[in-house]
Amino acid sequence: MAGISSTLLYCAFIIYLIATFVFAMSISDKKGREKGAAYIKRWGRIGYTIAIIGFICQLGYFITRWIASGHAPVSNLFEFTTFFGMMMVFAFIIIYAIYKTNVLGVFAMAIALLVIAYASMFPRDISPLIPALQSDWLKIHVTTAALGEGILSISFVAGLIYLILTVDQKVSTAKTKWLEFIMYCLLCIVGFIIVTIISQSIGTKEEFSWKAWKDGQRVEQTITYELPVLIGPPDGKLLTKGGYEPFVHAPSWMKGEEAPKKLNTFIWSLLSGAVLYGLLRLILRKRIAAAIQPKLANMNDDLVDEISYRAVAIGFPVFTLGALIFAMIWAQKAWTRFWGWDPKEVWALITFLFYAAYIHLRLNKGWHGEKSAWLSVIGFLIIAFNLIAVNLVLAGLHSYA
Amino acid sequence: MKAIKCECGHENPYGTEFCAACGKPFKGGDSDQLINMRYEGSAIRSKTYNKTIIDKIWNFFSSVKVGVTIIFIILVAAAIGSIFPQQEYIPSNADPATYYEDRYGIFGKIYYLLGFENLYGSWWFITLLAALGLSIIVASIDRGVPLYKSLKNQRVTRHENFLKGQRLVSITPGSIPFEHIKGALIKNRYKVREENGNILAEKGRFSRWGAYVNHTGLIIFLVGAMLRFFPGMYIDKVVWIKEGETAAIPGTNNEYYLKNNNFILQTYSKNDKQYKAALQKAGEVPKNYESKITLYRAKSKPVIGELPKLEKIKDGQAKVNHPFKFSHYGIYQSYYRQGELDKMKFNLVNKKTGKAYGPMTVDLNNPKTEYDLGHGVEVKLSRYYPNFYFDEKGLPASRNKSPENPAFVFDFKTPETPDGERSLVAIQQTIEANKQQANKYKMKFAGVEMKDVSGLTVKKDLTLPIIIVGAAIFMLGVVQGLYWNHRRIWIRQKDNETWLAAHTNKNWFGFKKEIQKISDETGLIMPVDKVEPKRS
Amino acid sequence: MNKKTRLLFRSLILLIIVCAVSYTIYKSLTKDDVATVGDQAPNFVLTDLNGHKVKLSDFKGKGVFLNFWGTWCEPCKQEMPDMEKLYSEYKKKGVEILAVNVGESNVAVKDFKSEYKLTFPIVNDKTGDVVEAYGIDPLPTTVLVDKNGKIIKKTSASLPYDTIKQFMEMIKP
Repeated sequence: MAGISSTLLYCAFIIYLIATFVFAMSISDKKGREKGAAYIKRWGRIGYTIAIIGFICQLGYFITRWIASGHAPVSNLFEFTTFFGMMMVFAFIIIYAIYKTNVLGVFAMAIALLVIAYASMFPRDISPLIPALQSDWLKIHVTTAALGEGILSISFVAGLIYLILTVDQKVSTAKTKWLEFIMYCLLCIVGFIIVTIISQSIGTKEEFSWKAWKDGQRVEQTITYELPVLIGPPDGKLLTKGGYEPFVHAPSWMKGEEAPKKLNTFIWSLLSGAVLYGLLRLILRKRIAAAIQPKLANMNDDLVDEISYRAVAIGFPVFTLGALIFAMIWAQKAWTRFWGWDPKEVWALITFLFYAAYIHLRLNKGWHGEKSAWLSVIGFLIIAFNLIAVNLVLAGLHSYA
Repeated sequence: MKAIKCECGHENPYGTEFCAACGKPFKGGDSDQLINMRYEGSAIRSKTYNKTIIDKIWNFFSSVKVGVTIIFIILVAAAIGSIFPQQEYIPSNADPATYYEDRYGIFGKIYYLLGFENLYGSWWFITLLAALGLSIIVASIDRGVPLYKSLKNQRVTRHENFLKGQRLVSITPGSIPFEHIKGALIKNRYKVREENGNILAEKGRFSRWGAYVNHTGLIIFLVGAMLRFFPGMYIDKVVWIKEGETAAIPGTNNEYYLKNNNFILQTYSKNDKQYKAALQKAGEVPKNYESKITLYRAKSKPVIGELPKLEKIKDGQAKVNHPFKFSHYGIYQSYYRQGELDKMKFNLVNKKTGKAYGPMTVDLNNPKTEYDLGHGVEVKLSRYYPNFYFDEKGLPASRNKSPENPAFVFDFKTPETPDGERSLVAIQQTIEANKQQANKYKMKFAGVEMKDVSGLTVKKDLTLPIIIVGAAIFMLGVVQGLYWNHRRIWIRQKDNETWLAAHTNKNWFGFKKEIQKISDETGLIMPVDKVEPKRS
Repeated sequence: MNKKTRLLFRSLILLIIVCAVSYTIYKSLTKDDVATVGDQAPNFVLTDLNGHKVKLSDFKGKGVFLNFWGTWCEPCKQEMPDMEKLYSEYKKKGVEILAVNVGESNVAVKDFKSEYKLTFPIVNDKTGDVVEAYGIDPLPTTVLVDKNGKIIKKTSASLPYDTIKQFMEMIKP
């Protein structure tokens, strides 16, 4: 069953990839612009159908994995992030049904692909549940929260399209730089995935022993790097025979469990992202956003703005229900209190407050269009931070400090 | 602060942008300029009066800008609080004054000095939340009341300039049967009102109240959170009970007692087929924490310290995710200590012959002084050090009262040694009192009994129903406000022309599709959107 | 609504909120439900080393010097002899010392009592209920109860002779 499950996920990934290309073709093909609306509509429908088939495949993955593991597969980073990607696709399927914009398909599917690929960089073993996680409310909470976040992510996708579409690329401004920075961030994730896959296929592995904090005490620990070591642990001793000494050691205050390893991974992501970005700039000979902009020429920016807002309007209640209310019900049962200011809870609240502010600014202060689009980008950063950084940095007993 | 009297005769408060009744704009005149439909153009009350200090405070909190600013400040503060763990999440034996600096260096020290280790309970954070609550209340009253009034008072017949000022307007020449238009609108599920040849078609007005409903829910939620601090509303205690023991449940005024029958810890089997791979990496993974408990009630109200007569209420278990419930209380399995020393067994052994008397059992929490081993053999426990060490003077002492490393001074008499012998017995060592001559007998360790201790959280929270109601109302309001929209279409027939003006509070895309449909059905001209794209 | 009622309405809402929030902040910053200075001392009954029950309310009309202690605690060892010295003097004046051990074994407590030759009543809080009710954290903690049964002082400082004397004076009926 576990085998079927991973095959289905793999299939879903490939099908999403095809859907992305079909959507991309429908907007960028020269023939398309000549043949006009009917052509775009037809290919859009094909892309949409493929996306739905992919989603069904991934649903199959989800169900078979549930059967194989005996619990809802949303219990570790791999499972949850994969599910989040799936919910993004689901949200896209809903929103596309309303607005039928192919450009949204290109970006939404591409970013969902990125999320799913990123997810599979984490350990994929089927893991048992500790007692606190054995709760129906937890399943309900996590799935609803992921759905909410998926829908909110579509707002980011639309916001990003809006920015690429409207930011003036004739001159270099702060706006164009920030937009490029977003592109760079996305490329860092691509870079991380590439570097991880290469290292895994080569089989890079180095071990160090060092003293790190654990449960309020510093104890001798072994740290295993799966990526080539740029940043070694402070005062770490190389254990692997024939291994390479690290380029530099992490600063001496960085004694959190696994912290230097995470920093190493982070640096690799930044570097590989920079290389990819540099290559793209060399090939395109202009800003990435500037290169994409003409492809979106027949998009209506007002419609994209509405999609971005609509996604927030749909996603915000779902997110609130899943990430706050259901979370509180679970927390009340598992941790004796519905709210405990734990980092994960705090960042869910921050996400909630941020989108509440977004809605107020939009409805009362008239922040439409570009301002709103920037906000939706920041909103996604907060969601991503809660999914990734809070787990790896803050809740992981605060490893970066 | 004069009221504005419209030509239609309706009196509007100062600050109104267009007449609440007929819709004639007071500014801009006869232009095609879009009019601001937010709050139906009614005067936001706080913007109209500004006199006493109370009014000034009120007006300050009425501003959405202020509200959003407060949201952002709370957001940033909350984020700061998550950088390092809050005090309740650091190891309980650590001293926060040094912990943060040791663990996180200079940043940790600053963090602690600024009092961020207890940020969410600080007076200023609570004040920020209160300010948000105040802002919600004031802003809702200031906007909700006038909005309600103007939506209630709106007339079917609107001023020409009001229609012109809408985002979607079209004028269709020629005559279109009035009933035909009306029918089309009704078919699209509009509520239609008519007045001498004019139509006001409306749907989803209730979505306009969504904001006020969800704000009410939030306020109820915040009130619930506040009530926690009122006496008797909230109890959160931890009680540690050793297996086999009974303790008063804290927070119940010694009305209820709990006996811990058994603590259970189960782990996943290493050979578990589905989890094999993960368990090889992770090692032991717990599967279940559970305390089997019995609840008792005191028959009479005891004085503190006294164990009253108890009456059994029920057996049950406190399990993670499945608290044991009674009355308003919940008992949660929160912590445990395994294998705590409870009893030790000894034999008195003749060193030469190996003949043993005993065994005798010493209760480590409440040891007896005298032990009769029969055959004229008596053992006396003279000194007891539950957590033994040698102090700076080299004398035996105890660090505290918990039996983690027990040591005993025994005096034993046998028929063979009528004068008695004395020795200090600790784990892995024996020191005899008589330095000149070795004892004939020794206390020999013969076994230990261990027990688990359950750490149970006792919880009473009378605010929960209020919190639940608040959250439910909030959700209802959010859905109401965001999933529906308020759409209105005005039709005006005059001089062989049909005017169509339309407004929605959001989702223009869907609204335009709907109007397109109505236009197709009636032959009314589809309006051109005045806010069509700035580019392309 | 005319201006006057509006002002009244606004003032009322602001007032309610300010009061509620101040109370909340005050409550969140103070520990409640443990006996503190000014409260009536919670009555309790504990057993002494001879198995006799001792009730706090037995000392009604007298001042009670309530001392929470443990055999391992150094400052307790220091102040006990001074307490003993003053005990006989103040017993005549209507002040009673009650030393509450925090639930150690009788062996250890008896041993301590004979080592320091203590004559004032020593009781043992085996269940920890009294410690809980009085919110005793570090040892030693001394609670002064006056003749009306009211707590007038609570301190965790190690007490020298003069201070003990001064305390005894404070609760002398």
